[in-house]
Amino acid sequence: MNYLMRRLATFPLVLLGVSILVFVAIRMVPGDSITAMLGTEAGLLTPAQRDSLAAYFGTDQPWFVQYWRWIGGILHGNLGISVTYGRPVLDVILERFPLTLELAVLSMVIALAAGMPAGIYAATHNEKLSDLGVRIAAMIGQSTPSFVLGLLIIYTLSAGFGVLPAMGEFAPLWQDPLRNLSQLILPAITLGFAFAASVTRISRSAMLDVLSDDYVRTARSKGASARSVIWRHALPNALIPVVTLSGIEFGYLLGGAVIVEQIYALPGLGRMVLDAIQQRDYALVQGSVLFIALNFMIVNLLVDLAYVALDPRIRLGES
Amino acid sequence: MMPLLSVRDLRVGFGRDPQANEVVRGISFDLADGETLAIVGESGSGKSVTALSINRLIDFGGGRITGGAMTLKRADGSLFDLMTATEPQLTGIRGAEIGMIFQEPMTSLNPVLTIGWQIEESFRLHRGLTGRQATAAAKDALDRVRIPDAARRLKYTPNQLSGGMLQRVMIAIALACNPRLLIADEPTTALDVTVQAQIMALLAELKRETGMSMIFITHDIGLVAGIADKVMVMQNGQAVEQGELNQILDNAQHPYTQHLLQDVPHFTNGSTTRSDGRRDKVASHEPALKVDGLVVRFPLKSRFFSRATGAVHAVDGVDFDLMPGETLAIVGESGSGKSTTARAVLGLVRSTRGSFSVGARKASAQQSALPVQMVFQNPYASLNPRLSIESILAEPVIATGGRVDAGTRARMASLLERVGLPKNSLERYPHEFSGGQRQRLCIARALMLNPSVVVLDEAVSALDVSVQAKVLELLVDLQREFGLAYLFISHDMAVVERIAHRIAVIYAGQIVEIGDATSVLSQPKHSYTKKLIAAVPTIDRRHEHFELDTRQVPSLVRPQGFEPAPAKWEQFGRDHMARVEG
Repeated sequence: MNYLMRRLATFPLVLLGVSILVFVAIRMVPGDSITAMLGTEAGLLTPAQRDSLAAYFGTDQPWFVQYWRWIGGILHGNLGISVTYGRPVLDVILERFPLTLELAVLSMVIALAAGMPAGIYAATHNEKLSDLGVRIAAMIGQSTPSFVLGLLIIYTLSAGFGVLPAMGEFAPLWQDPLRNLSQLILPAITLGFAFAASVTRISRSAMLDVLSDDYVRTARSKGASARSVIWRHALPNALIPVVTLSGIEFGYLLGGAVIVEQIYALPGLGRMVLDAIQQRDYALVQGSVLFIALNFMIVNLLVDLAYVALDPRIRLGES
Repeated sequence: MMPLLSVRDLRVGFGRDPQANEVVRGISFDLADGETLAIVGESGSGKSVTALSINRLIDFGGGRITGGAMTLKRADGSLFDLMTATEPQLTGIRGAEIGMIFQEPMTSLNPVLTIGWQIEESFRLHRGLTGRQATAAAKDALDRVRIPDAARRLKYTPNQLSGGMLQRVMIAIALACNPRLLIADEPTTALDVTVQAQIMALLAELKRETGMSMIFITHDIGLVAGIADKVMVMQNGQAVEQGELNQILDNAQHPYTQHLLQDVPHFTNGSTTRSDGRRDKVASHEPALKVDGLVVRFPLKSRFFSRATGAVHAVDGVDFDLMPGETLAIVGESGSGKSTTARAVLGLVRSTRGSFSVGARKASAQQSALPVQMVFQNPYASLNPRLSIESILAEPVIATGGRVDAGTRARMASLLERVGLPKNSLERYPHEFSGGQRQRLCIARALMLNPSVVVLDEAVSALDVSVQAKVLELLVDLQREFGLAYLFISHDMAVVERIAHRIAVIYAGQIVEIGDATSVLSQPKHSYTKKLIAAVPTIDRRHEHFELDTRQVPSLVRPQGFEPAPAKWEQFGRDHMARVEG
């Protein structure tokens, strides 16, 4: 409990660092939000009009004043207003986030459900032909770019079976679960494929390590069956690297998956951030990067807590 | 009458072509009910492979049984063919009729499962017990191996118990279902000598209680005397000699058995200590090394940034001096502070208090140019595998700011020759050498700077017994030749007896007894020294009964600011004193 408090106490510090970085970085990109918003028409603005627009958006102030205002707003729960959407940044993010979260969870479920059994199977059939097959498949999975796989899936379905993935207006899970799932399953498979390949490789090597450990030999000397040796004795010890990998991948997925969202025309966090950068929507970029950073920290914390649950030798917060 | 286990011409190989890579080449023996067979041999002799073949665990270790016959008489009297049995049949035998314990208790138990679960598993597998019944059975099993407070300990995970306790848990697991055969593969090698005595006593007692048979595998022929009925000596995958215990120990026929019995260090209670270079016969010099009031403490912090709440008193006021040409052995068990003392002398750990003087000059512990060099325990880990031997030997010279010139090269060549390695060694790499040769390299490296003191931290412990004897001989020769002073850290009394002039017994960070080797080993005065010496197995004490003792080693954690009471010493003879116990 004490440990949890101390971990949570570090969150604001990290977020402060991230906020400075993103604030500076986005301002180093040439161009400004007025030009980005009006396009060629921005050239028609008189200097007075431009100044009054800048005053309206607050970009006429020195950067530290802008930063100060922004941080002050955050402390009051106000992430600012998005120039592109004309709505509070937090609302825009929270509208997009459920899809990204759902996609990340689905991909991870697919990756673990396919990758772990494959990895365990390969480890228990080490150096046999089937092991080689799994390893080659994993290699292909890791090296296939997601846009290739995504397009391949869409092409096969439409050209081969005449079905198109469910496009159109995105249906949130709680409104139309079936339609929602039909919209998300293909993107989740596309994302989960490479993820599953990584899980396969890491669980195979972790399992191989563990299977040669002394306590596995002990379990066998007790008369434990092959199944019990794998699932009860070896697997819990092989989970730590799998959890580490899954945590990192999941954290990335929570930041949105730009390419897959683009291919399947999904309104996720990734595309939103990309658009916001193109539009120089400073408030939205800054807000979403902070949001993504916070998610990453939460996932990391959960991963560390999972270590403790998995391995009694790991004690948190003892130096 | 049929023996319990009959093994005929067993052959086991490894790799893609097991027939060509046989590690066990035709082993035959019979084991009767209630009998104990000791298999003795050095690493690579095939003794562990033989053991793992009996319950066919070798199948999982990359080995293949290539020939022979193995028959087990089951509890109902029927014969079970271990060679042709299927894996499901074998899982019914393992744990139920053949139990097994291993060398490393620290790694042989599953770290993520409670010991209770791990014991219960045996009852679930072979007795069909579940829930409360299984828990009750597990508690009885722990009681049986004399683990105090069994009910509470069931909930512990292995990291919460010491090595000796874990080996008891292993025994509890192996014996849970009353197997009629127990295979013990070096069960005490990783344990301290007093803990070893406890485990041996426990095994002997349980054997009497249950009437089981046992196959006891060891490299230490001294250990055999206490427990075995029959002995089989293995070398290069073959049994060079087997027979009754007394026949083997008193009337060995094969040269290898004779070598194991005679050339290998055995403990003889101080009757084979060195007679050369004793301090009373050497004209008094300045000591090569003098240590005064050495204290090493590691502060314990409950939290980062917070103040220390206590300290581990690893070394708590150690004084000794060491004359040129003399060996002082520091003996003690793991956690006693003997290695920390050595490291502090070298400046590898920061001492909290105390002073050293090396030769005539006073030195601070952080000074790196001390004429003190070290040889470490594990020759496989203490040589950088990517450096050639030439670079390894040049390292100390470079580290002290010297240049590698013709003189350095000449010294390398002469040292290599002196430690008995071929001339062409310089261009070679560590992996091309055996364990004993590597330790010779480490010794050569330590001598490169012409030190006056060499710290040998368990320098022969990782070596096979016959290699041990040769390295010890080399050390003695080098000591005479160069007038080296050795600080010899060891837990092995037999080795210490061969090389030490003086012995300091260290317990819980303090020296409890120090003095002339013969005197300390033959007339120990402090109760801990007595206990330590009584626990050393010797070939002269056969079927000896050890008393079980479940006392735990005291904790070295002390509250902040704690200072131990000043030591009171009692003098026995000219050079022998022990701490007064109170």
